[in-house]
Amino acid sequence: MSIIQAKKLIHDYQKIGEDGKTEVSSRAVDGVDLDIAPGQFIAILGHNGSGKSTLAKHINAILLPTHGTVYVDGMDTKDAEKLEDIRRTAGMVFQNPDNQIIGTVVDEDVAFGPENMGVPTPEILSRVESSLKSVGMWEYRDHSPNRLSGGQKQRVAIAGVVAMEPKCIVLDEPTAMLDPMGRKEVIRAAQKLNREKQVTILLITHYMEEVIEADHVIVMDQGKILMQGTPREVFSRVEELKEHRLDVPQVTMLAYELKKSGLPLPDGILTVQELVDALDAARAQRGSAE
Amino acid sequence: MIRDITIGQYYPADSVIHRLDPRTKLVGTLAFILSLFLFRSYAAYLVATVFLAGVIRASKVPFKFMVRGMKAIVFLLLITVVFNMFLTPGEPLVRIWKLTVTREGLELAIFMAIRLTYLIIGSSVMTLTTTPNQLTDGMEKGLRPLNKLHVPVHEMAMIMSIALRFIPILLEETDKIMKAQMARGADFESGGVIKKAKSMVPLLVPLFISAFRRANDLAMAMEARGYHGGEGRTKMKPLHYQKRDRAAYLTLVVYLLAMYGAKRIAGF
Ligand SMILES: Nc1ncnc2c1ncn2[C@@H]1O[C@H](COP(=O)(O)OP(=O)(O)OP(=O)(O)O)[C@@H](O)[C@H]1O
Ligand SMILES: [Mg+2]
Repeated sequence: MSIIQAKKLIHDYQKIGEDGKTEVSSRAVDGVDLDIAPGQFIAILGHNGSGKSTLAKHINAILLPTHGTVYVDGMDTKDAEKLEDIRRTAGMVFQNPDNQIIGTVVDEDVAFGPENMGVPTPEILSRVESSLKSVGMWEYRDHSPNRLSGGQKQRVAIAGVVAMEPKCIVLDEPTAMLDPMGRKEVIRAAQKLNREKQVTILLITHYMEEVIEADHVIVMDQGKILMQGTPREVFSRVEELKEHRLDVPQVTMLAYELKKSGLPLPDGILTVQELVDALDAARAQRGSAE
Repeated sequence: MIRDITIGQYYPADSVIHRLDPRTKLVGTLAFILSLFLFRSYAAYLVATVFLAGVIRASKVPFKFMVRGMKAIVFLLLITVVFNMFLTPGEPLVRIWKLTVTREGLELAIFMAIRLTYLIIGSSVMTLTTTPNQLTDGMEKGLRPLNKLHVPVHEMAMIMSIALRFIPILLEETDKIMKAQMARGADFESGGVIKKAKSMVPLLVPLFISAFRRANDLAMAMEARGYHGGEGRTKMKPLHYQKRDRAAYLTLVVYLLAMYGAKRIAGF
């Protein structure tokens, strides 16, 4: 059974118009269908305003669909009685680490979720310990979040979600405000959770190097899903992506340009190593042809 | 300079004072402050000094952290002292130009200075040894009976703890915005009061916008983590009085008695 399912999901934001009275609605998500199997690592791409965050907020029932339905582990997010269950099934990590840490000490913050769920005290303690350890922040348990680096703060935020033992975690541009080191820390933490605890991960990002290791990539544009597939499938369609002003990994771009200028290279090269191997193969082929 | 304010800044250390129940520390701090105002005499303030010094020693927090909180009120302290010194009627001591320092005034000024200083240091001891969350936990549990009177105790405690968490962040942000505006030629220093106040507008507007954005984000993050008010919540570190709290209350009673005795018996 799928962990997240969206059917013809539409979301309209209500805005107050220029004259201050009439309500204008703008469509942020426009008929999205999703079906995500448990244990997958999904990356969501798309440029600013394409509706990624709006979509993400539906998975945790922070926003409710204007039309269509979202199911989280079989529960309809519109069902108010399931709200608590939905929130403990799908956790959410936001972009700005400062604005999502509630506690003034690291371990108190991680305990916030389990406390809300009414988990008994001894179990909270063990959950806090294991989740802080899983993101490598256990040594910082009695530090103030204000004195941590961005990457560390974001890992604390992840631990706070992990402590609720969700089946699925949505990360909305968790690395956008971090330096390259911090970005690596956070992505590694997410990958580890995915591999070791089979937590389904939905990662929204603008960074291509974070996408290529995903199981599945979803590209959004103007509230719709533009294309989806494995990273290789998606990044084979360089032309289309460029048309929508979307990035592709640099190596993929280089391989694409080389191919266009005549080298016999395959589509959808994702890593430097792949390109090196493909170039070697191309040279060997030419050598044997001569 | 902005980050020098210590209120709400926890100093992690492993000491008896750190381990006390926050309720004990709250009651203790309150009793200490009250005692400063109730027992006004040099002898009593001597007792208070010894007590405060003892507590600071036991807290293992370097003294300089306590004094840091003082910087913020130096100005207030000066004004209080000066006003008390010159404006209290009584037996004249010295005359400077048209102003007279009276005996009563001088005494009042000294007492006021000691009180304010001890008040700040005393509350700094509490905030430095207690995480804001413990503090609000303490209030929440200590004031729980008020829940029956429909006082939203949990909500108030939550508001306080969030305010405490965001004070340093917003201060830092103020600093950042100020520097950014200064880099673009803004001038916060020169000019009269009105000009200075006006120059604050380009500082306050972005600060308010960012504060609201943060509040919005935080509310969403709290909701996402299943926050739904105080009902049905458990605690990672529930509060239980320990033996050391009983000892602390006993010490507090002894201190108050000593204060009372000092004021009554020693005649100064
Ligand atoms: N709270 C809101 N009220 C009104 N309109 C909104 C609101 N949040 C987003 N929008 C609009 O909805 C559209 C989609 O926004 P969304 O935040 O989902 O995009 P995004 O893909 O997450 O972009 P980004 O990469 O910048 O995070 C945008 O046009 C945006 O202006
Ligand atoms: Mg977004």
